[in-house]
Order: sequence, then structure tokens, then C-alpha cells
Amino acid sequence: MLAYIIRRILATIPVMVVVALFVFSLLYIAPGDPAAVIAGDQATPADVERIRASLGLDRPFLVRFGAWAWDIVRGDLGTSIFTNLPVSLMIKQRIEPTLSLMIITLLLAVGIAVPMGVVAAWKAGSWIDRAVMVFAVFGFSVPVFVVGYLLAYVFALELDWLPVQGYTAFSEGFGPWFENLILPAIALGGVYIALIARITRATMLEVLQQDYIRTARAKGANQGSILFLHALKNAAVPIVTVVGIGVALLIGGAVVTESVFAIPGLGRLTVDAILRRDYPVIQGVILLFSFVYVLVNLVVDLLYTLFDPRIRY
Amino acid sequence: MDRRTFLKASAGIGALASTGGLSAPALAQGAAARTLRFVPQANLANFDPIWGTQYVVRNASVLVWDTLYGVDDKLEPQRQMVESEEVSADGLTWTFKLREGLRFHDGERVLAKDCVASLARWCVRDGMGQMIRAIQEELVAVDDRSFRWRLKSPYPKMLLALGKNNTPMAFIMPERLARTDPFQQITEFVGSGPMRFARNEWVPGARSVFTKFDQYQPRREPASWLAGGKRMLVDRIEWHIMPDPATASGALQNGEVDWWETPLTDLIPTLRRNRNIAVDIADPLGNIGSFRFNHLHPPFSDVRARRAVQMALSQEDYMRAVVGDDNNMWRLLPSFFTPETPLYTEAGGEPLKGPRNIDAAKRLLAEAGYSGQPITVLVAQDQAPLKAMGEVTNALLRSLGMNVDFVATDWGTVGQRRSMKNPPGQGGWHIFHTWHAGADCVNPAAYLALRANGEQAWFGWPSSAEVEAARDRWFAATTLDQEKAAVADMNRAAMQHVTYIPNGFYLGYQAWRRNVTGVVKAPIPFFWGVAKS
Repeated sequence: MLAYIIRRILATIPVMVVVALFVFSLLYIAPGDPAAVIAGDQATPADVERIRASLGLDRPFLVRFGAWAWDIVRGDLGTSIFTNLPVSLMIKQRIEPTLSLMIITLLLAVGIAVPMGVVAAWKAGSWIDRAVMVFAVFGFSVPVFVVGYLLAYVFALELDWLPVQGYTAFSEGFGPWFENLILPAIALGGVYIALIARITRATMLEVLQQDYIRTARAKGANQGSILFLHALKNAAVPIVTVVGIGVALLIGGAVVTESVFAIPGLGRLTVDAILRRDYPVIQGVILLFSFVYVLVNLVVDLLYTLFDPRIRY
Repeated sequence: MDRRTFLKASAGIGALASTGGLSAPALAQGAAARTLRFVPQANLANFDPIWGTQYVVRNASVLVWDTLYGVDDKLEPQRQMVESEEVSADGLTWTFKLREGLRFHDGERVLAKDCVASLARWCVRDGMGQMIRAIQEELVAVDDRSFRWRLKSPYPKMLLALGKNNTPMAFIMPERLARTDPFQQITEFVGSGPMRFARNEWVPGARSVFTKFDQYQPRREPASWLAGGKRMLVDRIEWHIMPDPATASGALQNGEVDWWETPLTDLIPTLRRNRNIAVDIADPLGNIGSFRFNHLHPPFSDVRARRAVQMALSQEDYMRAVVGDDNNMWRLLPSFFTPETPLYTEAGGEPLKGPRNIDAAKRLLAEAGYSGQPITVLVAQDQAPLKAMGEVTNALLRSLGMNVDFVATDWGTVGQRRSMKNPPGQGGWHIFHTWHAGADCVNPAAYLALRANGEQAWFGWPSSAEVEAARDRWFAATTLDQEKAAVADMNRAAMQHVTYIPNGFYLGYQAWRRNVTGVVKAPIPFFWGVAKS
């Protein structure tokens, strides 16, 4: 197992190299000029040119890529063109809100979606099943920002139960931290819940047809243990796969959610950096997201062994 | 008291009662009353007002750095850091003396050598500074409180240059910071302004914090824009960046922020209905919309083609698209200069007055040789006013029978592409939109967009000797009448040349909680005199 983990971690290196080259190339050919953004609307073309030169943006592609790649190898993500702060510091400032949002969303989504899917499968064909499926359709169809606005309007503006926006660090208290994240988590979790609920239902339906389920019923097992001890465990592998794949949805959704709820996370950092053409920040954040996603997939693969003892690496 | 506060207070009181500590809520309320939470117009991503000349950087910088002079609400430069000035009879030697007791945030005295270094850095990047630098003989510190600027020829606009609110302003920094290359960022944010920048709390793109500088010595005069006594009535100012206007609106209504600099026009009715919120005009100097041509390539290299568009363009169409149906928020503008300012003129503005003449415009366009080639219009979709202007332009050009290549993109791409002098079919452009702050258009001093010095001009590269000559006459003018005459000539020449087309004058709103007092209408959000109960 340890050898497998090490092999998988080492395998991330070529993946990261490809991602780095792809991202760098894409930014190089994309239109936009950070020097023009820095200089502002009142600057002359000569000013813009001078700033471009001072940032090294007039150097050839290979020179720029080589310098950046060498810094990455040494663990230096570079310095933001705009803030003049290290990219690693900017990421460190923003990582807690995004991580908090993703964890709460994940827990919320799995905690709601899996039981929903199990009950829908159990009551297949009934109004409960149809209600779950209708909810799933809405979850896929309604954009995150629409859900976010509605939640903020109802629970923040009208009922005044929760804040409209912002983030409070965990170190300042669990209550305020959670208060700020619950609405964004619900907004972001909608599509995730829909996805997991549907997959859970589909997988459970298949498992509930198996002989060992009939045997368990015949032996007098109660419905709860049949559903959650016998069936769900055997349905877990595809569910865990979807949860892992869905992390990419979370990362993308976090960008919109953080903008709607003014959460100072990595999603907003990425959007701001893209709009400003802050190349080092864009490259650094995308590399980080890629690495996280690769790690998540590794964790998912390892979790398979928990649910299915036949799987061994 | 609302439900959430009641629940929290009950839980808090319950918890505190068990420990015997019940005084915290009162302390917390006091601290909240001394903290002003502000939503700025844009992200404060960097904080060097000489290196980065965006308006948001300037707006934050006036808190941290002070200037030798500052314009008042009549746009007249008044002494700020300076105690007195002397100018020789021939206008060639300026000697400035600093007020006593000025300190930087690190405790050091503000000295003349700091002013010399700061002005030297500012001169490289600022238009008026460049003019002064071109005629400079020497800029030296005479003693700790005085410095001298000797010129080769008179520069009557010296005090305006040092006190103007147009970016980059002539901020005074410690010498060690001012020696930074003007094309590199400073690494410390130390000034002598009324607030310190709390760098350890800065999260670029999310939050900036300023704390009161207790050693600041405001002038005795009442505050008036950048002039007078800058008395801070709050201890802490937090800038919260909120990219989503609906979120900012909700936060203001919920009392989570106190003052919003640029609310979206569409949200104003909702804010007005909230009895805890006040709404008013933000900046009486407003904005001038800009329809910008590329003068280098056909058809708009021919003045007849530009005049054709000028005679067909309806400013009302543009303004209604930008600000909606509130007629108090816009006006027609047959001028390049800001209305209701001392130098405002409509000389030569006839082409923008009266009914529009599409047929005559089509004939003129044909005369200019337009034969159906695509007209590349760059339209930034992420800037609401520019998106609206682009839609109107699309309809206007099509009504003239033009073939429009509508490039819907983001402002960053417009910023890059507009600098390209290639032909439009090879990555260049014919038209883009922007707007100019009215404060930048009150006179030719910082009005880069009205320059017509050809290849050295602003994007579009208009070339007109008459416009430049009039501009030079304004800089040389020593009386208001001379200035007015020069500006009228400049306006007339620019209208005839169609340097660009002003597509209207419009205002914007600001909104704040009613427990905040002292908010004034100005081109910069001024925090001195603002209190919170």
C-alpha cells in the first residue's frame, strides 16, 4: 500500500509539468496586458511599455517559462505583478476561507444527499422518490448564484438570521465562522447534493436487487440495517467516486459563491487575478488546484479499500 | 433590536453571566462606532500611487500620504503641508516652506529632502510633472523645512500641479521610499497623512485597513476636499471589497457595511426604500462618456468620417443606456469639459446640439470613402457603462449603413488591444469606449485624452496642431480670462478635429447608513469629518 501511495504521488510530477506548461502557454497567448491595467486609464502608451519591460513581460516565451519553472522547482511560486507580495503568501491568506467552505459543503452535501438517495431507492416509484428526483433536477438547473441571492434575501435581509456576506476566521469563534459559511455552503452544495443523491439512488437500486439483500431480509434483518449496513456499503464505491469527481465542481463553484457572498477565498483570488492578468498568481493558484485535485483522487482510490476489501494495491 | 442580535445577546449574556463578565457588549459597541466600513469602487490590489495610477489607489492614498497643496471644492489649490511659498518676480524660482511639526507614521520628521525626492519621483510619471521637469534647473532642499525649485521658464500652474486631485497626485513620502524607481513599486507604505495603512491586515482584493495616526496635525481651516483640516472622527477605516453589487447592497441594508462608494443605478430604488440608508450624488463633477476613434486607419483617419458619426450620434441614447430614466443623472454635453466648472465652454459644440441628421451623416461617410469594410468596435462586457455604450454604438453604426465587427471582450483585453497601432484587420481597432472622471476634465492640466500630439497622444492618436497650440496657451495663461479663451479655442479645435466624441455627461450615486454623518459630494471619498454614531 505504501509503495502504491508513493508511486501515485510521484506520478503527480509529470501531471503537474503538463498542467504548468499548458497554463503558462494559455496565458501567454491570451489577450490582455497587465501593464495596461497597472498603468491605468490615464497612462500614455510609453508608460505602459515601460511598465511591461520592468515586469519582464517583453521577454521571449521560453525565457519566461524557464525562469518561472525554475522558481517552481525551488518552491517559489513567484511574486504578484500587482501586489508585489509573494504568491504563496497571497494563497496562505486566502486558503482558510476556501477550505472551510469546501469542507462544510462536502459534509453538508454528503450528509444530506446520501440519505436522500438511499430513501429514494428504498421508496422507488413513490412520491418520495419523485420529490428527490425533482430536487435533483433543480439542483442541476438552478445556477449557484441564483440560489445564493435567494438565500441571502430570505435568511439575511428578510429574516435577519444570518449575515449577507463575509468571512470570520475560525480562530475568532466557531459560531461566527459557521454563521458566515452556512448560506454559501447551501448555495454551493445544491448541485453537489443533486449529483450525489442521483448516483446514490441509482447504485442503491442496483444493489437492492442482489441476492445477499434478499438473504438478509430472509434472516430477519431490519430495514435500517439492510439499507445502511448491507446495501450502502456495497454501493459506496461509485458514490465515493462521484464525491471525488465532484470536488472539481466545488472548486469551480467556489469561485462564484465567494463572489456572491464576498468570501475572501482562493476562488475570488483566481477571478481577480484573471481579470487583471496577474500571471504569477493565476499560474500559482491553478497549480495548487491541480495538485489538490490529484490528491483528492488518490484519497478516493484509497477509500475504495475501506469499502471493498477485495480491492488491494 | 432585531431577532439575530437578540438571540446572540441572550446567548452572550447567558454565557457571560456564568462567568461574571457582562461589560463586553458595551465595549464592542463603542469599538464598532469608531470603525467605519466602506465598500470602494474597485479592488485595492496595490498601494503605490505613483506606480499604479488607478483611481482606487489614489482614493486610498489620500488617507496615508499628504500633499504640499490640495484643491478645495472650487478646484483652487490651497496650502496643506506648506506653510508659505515665494515665487520670484520672473516666475523662475519657487521656494516652499513646510509647516512645523509634520511627522511620518514611523515617527520621523517630514523634511525638505523628503519633498525633493518625492517630487522627483512624481515628475517622472505625471504629465504636469514632466512639463516642470523639462524646464527644471534645480530642485534642492535649502534647509530642513524649505526647498527650492528653479526653472528655465515660468510655470504659472505650479500650485495646481502640486495640489491637483488628478492621479498621480504629488504625494510626499520618506526619502528612502521616494528614491524607488517610479516604474517599480514601493515596499513600505509610510506617509504623513491622517491614517496609517495597516499592512498586516491587508488582504489584497478583500480588505484594506487604515488606523488613525494620532500625531497628525490637521490645519486649522475647515476641510474642503483636499484642502483644510483633515480631522478624523473615526479610529479605524475598513475597506471591504465586494465585487458583486447585489451583495454590497444587501450588506449595506443589513448594516454590515456603512458606506458604499458606487452603488449600481438599478439598485438605487431599493436602497432609497430603506429608511436607514441615505442616497445622494457621489461626485458633482461626474463623468464624461467617451467614443474614441482610431485616427491612424481608414475610414476614421478621414475627418469627414469622424464628423459623420458625430452628426449622427445621440447623446441622449447613450446616457439613457448608461444611467436609465432618471433625468437628474445626466445631461447633454456639447463640450469636452466638465459642466458647472469655471472653464466650462460650449464653443464649437454645435455638431452635438440639435436634432441628429442620419442622412447627411451617410452622405458624408460616403464622401469620406467608406465602402463597407468592417468597423472593429471593442466593447468591454465587464464594465456596465461601457457595455451599454457599446450596444448603442452598434445600433448607431448600423443605422449609418456600416458593417460592424462587434468585439465583446473584457476590459483587460480592451486595455491591451487599444494600444496596438496595427490595422484593425490585423489585431487593431477602430472604436472603443471609456469614460473620464469629470475631475480630470475641468481643465487641460491632466486631460490626457484631449491631447492631439499624434503618435505621442493617448490611444487613438489624434493629431491637431490647433488643439495642441490652444493647450499650450492655457498652460502659459496667467489670468482666468486668458485660460477661458484658451480652453474655448481648444474645445472648438477638438470639436472640429473630432479628437473623440463626448457621448454625454453623467453622475453616479453613493449610499451610506444614516448613523454615518459628514459624507460629502466630491471626486474622492473623503473620510475626514465623517463620524459614526
